[in-house]
Amino acid sequence: MLYAIITEISRWIIPLAILFILFAAVIKKVKVFEVFIEGAQEGFTTAIKTIPYLVAMLMAINIFRATGAMELLVHNLSSFFDYFCFPVELLPHAIMRPLSGGAALGVATNIIATHGPDSYLGRLVSTMQGSTDTTFYVLTLYFGSVGITRYRYAVISGLAADFTTLAASVFIVNKVFGAGS
Amino acid sequence: MVNFIWLALIVLGVIVAGTSGKIEIVTLAALEGANNAVKTSLNLIAIITFWLGIMKLAEAAGLVQCLARLTRPLLRFLFPEIPQNHPALGAIVMNLCANILGLGNAATPMGLIAMQEMQKLNRGNFKTATSAMCTFLALNTSCITLIPTIIIGIRLMHNSADPTAIVGPTIFATACGMIVAITVDRFLYFFHRNR
Repeated sequence: MLYAIITEISRWIIPLAILFILFAAVIKKVKVFEVFIEGAQEGFTTAIKTIPYLVAMLMAINIFRATGAMELLVHNLSSFFDYFCFPVELLPHAIMRPLSGGAALGVATNIIATHGPDSYLGRLVSTMQGSTDTTFYVLTLYFGSVGITRYRYAVISGLAADFTTLAASVFIVNKVFGAGS
Repeated sequence: MVNFIWLALIVLGVIVAGTSGKIEIVTLAALEGANNAVKTSLNLIAIITFWLGIMKLAEAAGLVQCLARLTRPLLRFLFPEIPQNHPALGAIVMNLCANILGLGNAATPMGLIAMQEMQKLNRGNFKTATSAMCTFLALNTSCITLIPTIIIGIRLMHNSADPTAIVGPTIFATACGMIVAITVDRFLYFFHRNR
């Protein structure tokens, strides 16, 4: 019920927001067409400016993934994660998630297809996929758009949040659906 | 930190490829990654241009400043450096709302606008992130998600008995992440300032 309401809101909010903004602008006697063009002017340069930053980051991540270095890391970390009752099957997803959204989604889809969406692993991977963002992609894109190369402590807080969400996902899925169900 | 991670990703990749006798993969993977990056940036042109136009209208109508004023009590704690009623605050709020509702297409342009506004306030080195930017990105990447649209779609596709069963757990997990992100960010903020 609550979910249905939220979905309905998210369907309507953008068109209504656009309409509302246009109305407010007309009331303030803004020349709507001219001002829109004036703002849109910078769209191209902003998007193009992100290219070198994204190329650098996605290139490195892709090398790490395609050469099998990631698999090796997963393999070495598996006993450590096993200690915390974290299912080894989901480790590639946990490591991939902050680096590459597409790759993580691929892993998640694969697990849902093999184990079923309503299995323990299926539910856990769904929660993990839904609850975290592709931290490195977001940082690179957002900082890149304004030409910033020194991220200071943004990486630390981002990764701390990712790790917490991961732990919280395992905890809550065990609590709500029961472990290994 | 980023320098180290970036270097580690590439060096480890090359070493692993070399020792497993598949060294040619490195160049292929690099080009594939670069290709994806350019495609992503090009895809952004359309949505960013559209939303920049709409946002300029919202600004001209005084709506962005109005939003900044309404959310000021909350934002003053998180963004003490951003002056009152500055458009950056309005863009930050819009970005977070779009993130919460799972509207990725609208969230990115709003976020980039917020970054531009914050860069205008950058009094230090233009290549170095300001505290406000770090806080914003901590909030953005850990933001509470009410509707994980994509994964629900995938669950539905695989005949889940209850595709939305994970919505509650997702809200809980993101809320935990957000609390930690804000705490860590505030801690590092005061730590860096007092040094």
